[in-house]
Amino acid sequence: MLRAALPLLGLPLAGAGAAEEPTQEPGSWGEPPPGLTLFRWQWHEVEAPYLVALWILVASLAKIVFHLSRKVTSLVPESCLLILLGLVLGGIVLAVAKKAEYQLEPGTFFLFLLPPIVLDSGYFMPSRLFFDNLGAILTYAVVGTLWNAFTTGAALWGLQQAGLVAPRVQAGLLDFLLFGSLISAVDPVAVLAVFEEVHVNETLFIIVFGESLLNDAVTVVLYKVCNSFVEMGSANVQVTDYLKGVASLFVVSLGGAAVGLVFAFLLALTTRFTKRVRIIEPLLVFLLAYAAYLTAEMASLSAILAVTMCGLGCKKYVEANISHKSRTAVKYTMKTLASCAETVIFMLLGISAVDSSKWAWDSGLVLGTLFFILFFRALGVVLQTWMLNQFRLVPLDKIDQVVMSYGGLRGAVAFALVILLDRTKVPAKDYFVATTIVVVFFTVIVQGLTIKPLVKWLKVKRSEHHKPTLNQELHEHTFDHILAAVEDVVGHHGYHYWRDRWEQFDKKYLSQLLMRRSAYRIRDQIWDVYYRLNIRDAISFVDQGGHVLSSTGLTLPSMPSRNSVAETSVTNLLRESGSGACLDLQVIDTVRSGRDREDAVMHHLLCGGLYKPRRRYKASCSRHFISEDAQERQDKEIFQQNMKRRLESFKSTKHNICFTKNKPRTRKASRKKDGVANAEATNGKPPRDLGFQDTAAVILTVESEEEEESDSSETEKEDDEGIIFVARATSEVLQEGKFSGSLEICPSPRIIPPSPTCAEKELPWKSGQGDLAVYVSSETTKIVPVDMQTGWNQSISSLESLASPPCTQAPTLTRLPPHPLGTEEPQAPLDLSSDPRPSFAFPPSLAKAGRSRSESSADISQQQELQPLMGHKNHTHLSPGTANSHWCIQFNRGGRL
Amino acid sequence: MGSRSSHAALIPDVENIRRETGFSQASLLRLYHRFRALDRSKKGYLSRADLQQIGALAVNPLGDRIIDSFFPDGSQRVDFSGFVRVLAHFRPIDDDTGVRDPKQPEPLNSRTNKLRFAFQLYDLDQDGKISRHEMLQVLRLMVGVQVTEEQLESITDRTVQEADEDGDGAVSFLEFTKSLEKMDIEQKMSIRILK
Repeated sequence: MLRAALPLLGLPLAGAGAAEEPTQEPGSWGEPPPGLTLFRWQWHEVEAPYLVALWILVASLAKIVFHLSRKVTSLVPESCLLILLGLVLGGIVLAVAKKAEYQLEPGTFFLFLLPPIVLDSGYFMPSRLFFDNLGAILTYAVVGTLWNAFTTGAALWGLQQAGLVAPRVQAGLLDFLLFGSLISAVDPVAVLAVFEEVHVNETLFIIVFGESLLNDAVTVVLYKVCNSFVEMGSANVQVTDYLKGVASLFVVSLGGAAVGLVFAFLLALTTRFTKRVRIIEPLLVFLLAYAAYLTAEMASLSAILAVTMCGLGCKKYVEANISHKSRTAVKYTMKTLASCAETVIFMLLGISAVDSSKWAWDSGLVLGTLFFILFFRALGVVLQTWMLNQFRLVPLDKIDQVVMSYGGLRGAVAFALVILLDRTKVPAKDYFVATTIVVVFFTVIVQGLTIKPLVKWLKVKRSEHHKPTLNQELHEHTFDHILAAVEDVVGHHGYHYWRDRWEQFDKKYLSQLLMRRSAYRIRDQIWDVYYRLNIRDAISFVDQGGHVLSSTGLTLPSMPSRNSVAETSVTNLLRESGSGACLDLQVIDTVRSGRDREDAVMHHLLCGGLYKPRRRYKASCSRHFISEDAQERQDKEIFQQNMKRRLESFKSTKHNICFTKNKPRTRKASRKKDGVANAEATNGKPPRDLGFQDTAAVILTVESEEEEESDSSETEKEDDEGIIFVARATSEVLQEGKFSGSLEICPSPRIIPPSPTCAEKELPWKSGQGDLAVYVSSETTKIVPVDMQTGWNQSISSLESLASPPCTQAPTLTRLPPHPLGTEEPQAPLDLSSDPRPSFAFPPSLAKAGRSRSESSADISQQQELQPLMGHKNHTHLSPGTANSHWCIQFNRGGRL
Repeated sequence: MGSRSSHAALIPDVENIRRETGFSQASLLRLYHRFRALDRSKKGYLSRADLQQIGALAVNPLGDRIIDSFFPDGSQRVDFSGFVRVLAHFRPIDDDTGVRDPKQPEPLNSRTNKLRFAFQLYDLDQDGKISRHEMLQVLRLMVGVQVTEEQLESITDRTVQEADEDGDGAVSFLEFTKSLEKMDIEQKMSIRILK
């Protein structure tokens, strides 16, 4: 709160300072401006953006504070807390500045705060569900809103005629209709904020939420029509004006939707060609969606509808076209923006309510409005549902109707619209403002607070999150086709018929036109499910395998009968390379201190052990949490960690290395180790080898430090998973990417015993199928998205590098003619110079490298097989142009995000 | 579509059909008109060719199998009662489930029967099991994009293994039902107009 007051205090001061400055310069001194001022206060220049940033910061900090206590947020919706916070802040502003400032300006609201929320909801709208219930949604949105507006307006007018509203509220029927039109619309922001936390079943959610989005067109039209009627004066309204009003409903809604679809098409088409400029993909999504919003706004069409349709329409193609990272970026940015806008909206709503100069109270009007909107909402819902149930396959029952009536929250849209009224034309504006504020506060706070208990009490069917299975996905498709076919046979062109038509059209033309050819291939839902299931199975398999090292008796949750291919492949891999040669004569077991080893063990123990609290499943419609993909990512991460852990334990049993002590994290150890390495190198090895060794080790230590930090902090932040993962991945990439990177360059990758195929055998879970490895190795590279592929490669090569450490290339290097000395020599000092920065890090991975180095006992033939790879590995690591170093850059950037 | 003025009495054996399928009089009449419209040569029954000439069915990946399901046991013709009996699977489930006499056979539109209809689309050789080969064929129809044969096979294996509980490498009807027990079949296999 102090922070909130700061800019206010600063404002007059700075303003005064800025005002003085220009008068001084040309004025009294009469000499050229002083050459150099050490300190200049330029508040004025940064004022506007600074204030915006500060407000967002305040809102974000408030959010953090709210979420410190799980109890509070589970009881009270965030929107309530934010409104209350806004009230308090508004009070402070009022007290400090003596005037109400920082209110919710309609312009700001409509141009900047609303679009991200609507885009987010449109883009992440479950489209199948939406279209399945489109009829109901449209009915509630159009008929319901019209009904609410007219009945509320008329009832209020009746109330006034009955003398229950004070005569100082000067308003006629048209004024009341205008007010009714702006107060009647269910608000998407408020609905989302509340319903997101109340996990009602999908159908109910999509109906309420879809209504709140689509009724914007009706609201806009009603508002505009009534407003112009009021401005014209009721006497001058012609019959044609009414007709125009009705016509404009169609123009505004259909026009808005059309604008949105056009931009969705453009957006999808543009992303088709961004293969070389991946970095602008997220930007394109936001730009074109915003352009859709602004275009619709410019043409005074329904902007909300435009953005919703844009998001809804483009998603399928955009998601297919853009890279996996861009997808994550879009997702996170969209969620961040929307959440930020929502937070600010609610806070500003609270602040705006404090300004008593804007509003005038009339109890009759306020109470009447409250009663009428609740009553007519309920009545409207009941009537419409009765009508709809005549046509619906699954009727909406009474409980659904109660929740729908009660979930009709009003919000910032109504407030912004009422502020926009012209006081000269609508004399009762102040009363309307006050009433709107009360209504908004009542619905958001009272209804928002009580809807959760109500849903619980009524035992509303909650949304249930169950994992998709291949069977379900397949059969669902079958059912769709069956229904479409039956409709054909019956000769009824119903919903299934048209959906089938659309899907065929989409497949035949639209997808071909809007999707990249490579992307088009992988966009199949069955394949998608299959792919995800495989990943999950691999993880749970390895999870179990991590504890049970026997190759028998391994069962997966979803796979009853199978013996493990992967198990044997991993074992083979270890047998081949884990006990392999250590040609590095300089590495002696005794040189490595026990502490290093302990460090390494602890490090991996932590890595492996700390992910678990993060395993949490979220509902899919939530805006603030990205569930599915995050889960996927996390799974990937878990897989890697488990693979590592498993290998560790495997090796420890094999080599009788036992680790028991605590983890000492001293920088001394690392320094010592470095020193040892140095000494060794200067003694018997060419210095460039040392360079490489140190590089690898050093970079790894830095990253593993990060790794542990993120791991220890992960328990509280689920939404960061993806990002954390990316940051973590750096270590693996640096450490292991060399292998996978080198695979691309290596002339004959098949020589490498632990090639990815070994581990990828785990993917399809085919027991005893000889062709399996071939299939996976050839197909995953094509079909699996690149990022997943890297994930696999990382995990696989993590096995490799643990088994056969990067250092083993030392002797082979000398034998490698295609690897010139020059490429490495300059790099080595550079890498060494980067040493001090990360030197505070402890040396687990260095130790790890060293340890595994020693563990690989002398198996010369093995090493010779690895030679080309090793040489390239070194090369790829050091030269910036290769795939590997490219990875480093990418991942680092991701990590910093 | 025939003349609208036709009466339900025109339909042969209307009462029995109604009792068996549970269709309303209006629905039956509507279906009868459709039946007659499909029966272009007015022979009183439908042949495969009659159904195949429905344009949209040709592009439906399951179109042939669905047509086949109208002709059980290798017969080449389907009369109106057979026609209606197949379609009765897609009638929405009635609300008044308690009223039904337990001694009567299960209605055609019950969950089990809906599932059985879908099941027999997979089970081409009608041995009561979806074998790996049969699953592969269905998947080939369903997975629209260019997936290689190898991938398709591994998806098939995965799908079969997922549902297969007794480890015989095939999906029995019981296993099929079980794999879908979380799904709202009553909703997903019903068409509203077929009241």
